[in-house]
Amino acid sequence: MSGPVPLLHVLILSVALFAIGLTGALLRRNAIHIFLSIELMMNAANLALIGYALSWGTPEGQIVVFFVIAIAAAEASVGLAIFVALFRHTKTIDVNQVNLLKW
Amino acid sequence: MGALLRDHLLTVLIFLPAVGAALVLLFPASQARAAKVFALAVSIANFGLSIPLWTRFDGAEPGFQFVENARWIPALGISYSLGVDGLSVLLVLLTTLLTPLSLLFSLSHVEKSVRAFSMAFLLLETGILGSLVARDLALFYVFWEVMLVPMYFIIGIWGGARRIYAAMKFFLFTMAGSLLMFLAILWLAARHRAVTGDWSFALEDLAGLPIASGTQSILFLAFALAFAIKVPVFPLHTWLPDAHTEAPTAGSIILAGVLLKLGVYGYLRFGLTLFPESAMRYAPYVGALGIIGIVYGAMVAFAQKDMKKLVAYSSVSHLGLVVMGIGAFTSTALSGAMLQMINHGLSTGALFLLVGVLYERRHTREMAAYGGVAGIVPVTTAFFLVATFSSIGLPGLNGFVGEFLTFLGTWDSPFRWWSVVAVSGIILSAVYMLTLVQRVFWNPLVHEENKALTDMRPSELIPAAVLVVLMVWIGVRPNDFLAKINPTLEALRRTTIERTLAGGARTPHPVAAAETNP
Amino acid sequence: MSLWWILALPFAGFLANILLGPRLGKRFVSVVATGTVAAATLIAFSRLIPFVSGTRETVIESIGSWISTDRLSVDLALRLDPLSALMLSFVTFVGFLIHVYSVGYMHHDETDAGYARYFAYLNLFLAAMLVLILGDNFLLMFVGWEGVGLCSYLLIGYYYDREYAAAAGRKAFVVNRIGDYGFLLGLFGIFTLFGGFSYDAVFSAAAADPGRYAPALGLVCLLLFVGAVGKSAQFPLYVWLPDAMAGPTPVSALIHAATMVTAGVYMVARCNVLFRLATDAMMVVAIIGGFTAIFAAVIALAQNDIKKVLAYSTVSQLGYMFLACGAGAFVAGMFHVTTHAFFKACLFLGSGSVIHAMGGEQDIRKMGGLKSKLAITYPTFLIATLALAGIPPLAGFFSKDAILAAAFAWHPEKAAWIAKLLWAAGLLTAGLTAFYMMRLVSLTFHGAFRGTHEQEHHVHESPRSMTVPLIVLAFLSIVAGFFGLPVVFGEHANWVEGFLSPILLPLAGLAAEPHHLSHAVEWALIALSVAVAAGGLWLGWTWYAKQGGAVPARIAARYPAAYALVAERFRVDELYDALIVRPFVALSRILWKVVDVLIIDGVLNAGAFLVELLGDLLRFLQTGNVRNYALGILLGLVALMFYVVSGF
Repeated sequence: MSGPVPLLHVLILSVALFAIGLTGALLRRNAIHIFLSIELMMNAANLALIGYALSWGTPEGQIVVFFVIAIAAAEASVGLAIFVALFRHTKTIDVNQVNLLKW
Repeated sequence: MGALLRDHLLTVLIFLPAVGAALVLLFPASQARAAKVFALAVSIANFGLSIPLWTRFDGAEPGFQFVENARWIPALGISYSLGVDGLSVLLVLLTTLLTPLSLLFSLSHVEKSVRAFSMAFLLLETGILGSLVARDLALFYVFWEVMLVPMYFIIGIWGGARRIYAAMKFFLFTMAGSLLMFLAILWLAARHRAVTGDWSFALEDLAGLPIASGTQSILFLAFALAFAIKVPVFPLHTWLPDAHTEAPTAGSIILAGVLLKLGVYGYLRFGLTLFPESAMRYAPYVGALGIIGIVYGAMVAFAQKDMKKLVAYSSVSHLGLVVMGIGAFTSTALSGAMLQMINHGLSTGALFLLVGVLYERRHTREMAAYGGVAGIVPVTTAFFLVATFSSIGLPGLNGFVGEFLTFLGTWDSPFRWWSVVAVSGIILSAVYMLTLVQRVFWNPLVHEENKALTDMRPSELIPAAVLVVLMVWIGVRPNDFLAKINPTLEALRRTTIERTLAGGARTPHPVAAAETNP
Repeated sequence: MSLWWILALPFAGFLANILLGPRLGKRFVSVVATGTVAAATLIAFSRLIPFVSGTRETVIESIGSWISTDRLSVDLALRLDPLSALMLSFVTFVGFLIHVYSVGYMHHDETDAGYARYFAYLNLFLAAMLVLILGDNFLLMFVGWEGVGLCSYLLIGYYYDREYAAAAGRKAFVVNRIGDYGFLLGLFGIFTLFGGFSYDAVFSAAAADPGRYAPALGLVCLLLFVGAVGKSAQFPLYVWLPDAMAGPTPVSALIHAATMVTAGVYMVARCNVLFRLATDAMMVVAIIGGFTAIFAAVIALAQNDIKKVLAYSTVSQLGYMFLACGAGAFVAGMFHVTTHAFFKACLFLGSGSVIHAMGGEQDIRKMGGLKSKLAITYPTFLIATLALAGIPPLAGFFSKDAILAAAFAWHPEKAAWIAKLLWAAGLLTAGLTAFYMMRLVSLTFHGAFRGTHEQEHHVHESPRSMTVPLIVLAFLSIVAGFFGLPVVFGEHANWVEGFLSPILLPLAGLAAEPHHLSHAVEWALIALSVAVAAGGLWLGWTWYAKQGGAVPARIAARYPAAYALVAERFRVDELYDALIVRPFVALSRILWKVVDVLIIDGVLNAGAFLVELLGDLLRFLQTGNVRNYALGILLGLVALMFYVVSGF
């Protein structure tokens, strides 16, 4: 096997990961699961960015990925902190139980 | 320092109160009273600084004086340009005078969040003065909105029982009008860029823009609506009784004394200068609304049971007179209307102050709660009578000169019948004001609690006395004031008429028509 | 000394009394008030005597411009000419007498503050009245016009804690303002026609070119006359004057009898050039005057309050004066103004003395027999009554006779029968006047005392400060008439006629046409009016003093409805209340509650409600469930992609 992985393959994998993440984010009720699903979607996006960067031979896509990873780290910490606070408050992390903003 | 005061007097006048407001923050909460006194001192200093506007103002010069020009946002052509002329000079002085008087009155009456109150008042002064002297529409708009915020808080925090409702109503009304005006300002600036290639918000640049007649009408109406709400012109007046009634006394004084005048001032300064043709075309409707205001305001005032509401509706009536004079557009009527703006500031300001004196003691504004207090509070009664007679236009006091000139000028215009209707205001004003006097100060003393009323303290007496002195001054020597305003008004009138005729308006104002074929 | 001092002094007195009086006490107030007025009177006469004995040239003293714009210029200028001189003489002098009288009248029943307030207002009134009569242009006249109205308002409501007094003051001011409405429009008309307000400019222009101004002057004069109707209490605006009796009695004498209420007559006489050009307006003036004269006299027949009788009598006499002006006899009108000032002031002050003696009682049914106890008040009151009734040679006879003669001689071009009718009404009024005045005298001073025992014990003559003015005024009521002798005593017997003739500017192109009656007719008219007056007096005397009121009581019993109508003053107040006041109150409430609150605020609230309603519907989108929002984002994203890809 020689030569780079074809862009199409990368994109297919990315779409598949994104769809799995999206489905998880929409259907799971556990906040941690939703959180993991979102991470999956973000990484799907990263994969697509790297694929394009590789295919076009430009560095921008890879640069953006570093940003995304850094922000994802920050977001993870904030998000987990919110879940901890939420759990302390309500003794649950089932998002269906957390609907204080309902009309 | 001397150079600063000579070349940048208006800037100093505008921003000294703002700086004072910032310094009020330095006072700790325990020093609340000191903060009050400090704010009062700042406003008095500002009044002192404004005196050169009276002494050094050249009445014969119709154009702007004390001019300042600086670039502010060059990329958008927004400039920091200031100046006073006959339209604004008396209103500026009225503002610098009424602010310390209101603060002096509040010295012994406002107890809640005193520092915030002092700050709001000083910021209000900054906003009002800025709107009065701005010669750039963007700058004007900024100050116009700056003025709104402190007033909103003054009503909403230190007001009476329904203060939140009143503050909200005041804010929404005023905001609704000013947003349309803001759009019109932006449109004008964009038009200037389309015509000349440069951005500009300066009044003199925008004044000569070629604008299609239909568009001009729309822009004019946007401006007129903003100002009509502020005045307020019937039927946009219903925020006023609520705002006045709920506002603390000092707020009512400033609101009636100056804020309402900003509407008329804006109409004269911007409406007439920017859209002379439309202003002339719509003048008959403006005047008609003014007349409705006179009669309607007076009749509704008569029906009131609440003293403050009565005085508030009387404002609608008095400002209707001013608006009618502007609609009639003869030189006499314009002089009268302009003078009447000052007069209304003094007499209605005094009336609110004196109603406040009673309110602060009895905490009710219902006329029925009083009666026969003339014997208990003779000084208050005497001042109230003088303010009443000033308000109903008794010769010798200020109200008469303004009313008479407005009526006479209107009679002299093609709209003679306006005068015939409007003069009935002298009967109606006597009816409602004397009814108020009778119910509150005269008649038998039936409520025991009124026997314990105390008469005016120095902090109430001094503002009232200052206002009365001015009432007499204007009544006896109106020429001192007319000489300052007339050249500018006449120049404004001439330009407006000339530009209307030059524009070949389809339906020129009858006054303009009459001027050309005498 | 400058004319300005004459009005500056009372004004200074006003300031001193209102500011310092309450603290410095009654003595200070009395001295300042009467002192300033006395000084003003002296200055006035020091100017009047040289004026009258000299060339009588009009003097104008200006102290500069008051209001000036590019169209209008009004000077602060005073004017001394025969007309203002005549007014000045009796206004200052009667004013002074009434100040003196007030010192006695007000002395013991008021606090220091009230006393100071009273005299301050009285001083201010005099200053305003002097502005009115001395002002050299219509605007200054209006300043005085409103100024006296203000003082009238304040003094009627002097007893402010009595609701009827407070209401009466307000009523007076408002009714006067209705008149002022017309007056102001009349002033505007003058400005339009003549371009200014100065008397000389206006009158000389009108006199020089009658043909040009006459057509428009009809309306202008009517509007001016509306002002006079208000100020001088003519039908239909007379209703405030009877109520004005709620004020202290000296005020009624000074303001509501002698001076202020005659301002309307003064104004019409001042504008005689304009009125003479407007013959239709003159007719209206005469009709209103004649009707008011008889209307008020009828009402006075059945009043029982001593001051109300005099008030209606004043209304009636003012009607006489307007009748004279309407008939073109401005001099006779002004002459009656002057004589009336003396005898009516004397009557009011006399009634004040009676009320004072009776401890505040005003109902003549509860008086009687005061003749012997009030040894000075009674004769002075009687003299003034005879003067008012028109008994020669007292003052009222000459002035009233001059008016009746003028009305008889008046031949208007249109509807000459109205002139004769008005003359007849005037003659009848003379009889009625004599009758009701004699009824008043009889019930008050003759017969048996009908008051309480306490009052009888209390009755006493008033102090000197009150009786001396009575004597002076009674004396003037006797002699003042000789200044206006009828023409039968010689061509120049009428001094007033000669004195005032300069104000009657000749009108260009219109010959003055004095309808001189033959001496025989004059004598006949004199005899007739004396006979009518004597008849009225005799009837009043017989019915009330001698028979104790049995005949009138029988008449009243036979026609109860008619009697009630008269006694209740034709229920005009009630009519106005139903026709004007109540609808006005109702309308103002409707405007407030319906237009303001319901309609305008309703529309606004409806707008606010719509926004709220929309929010109410849209808030159901806020499920609070994060995953629903995420689904929303997904759907939005899909829609957006679909849009981009398909290239809509």
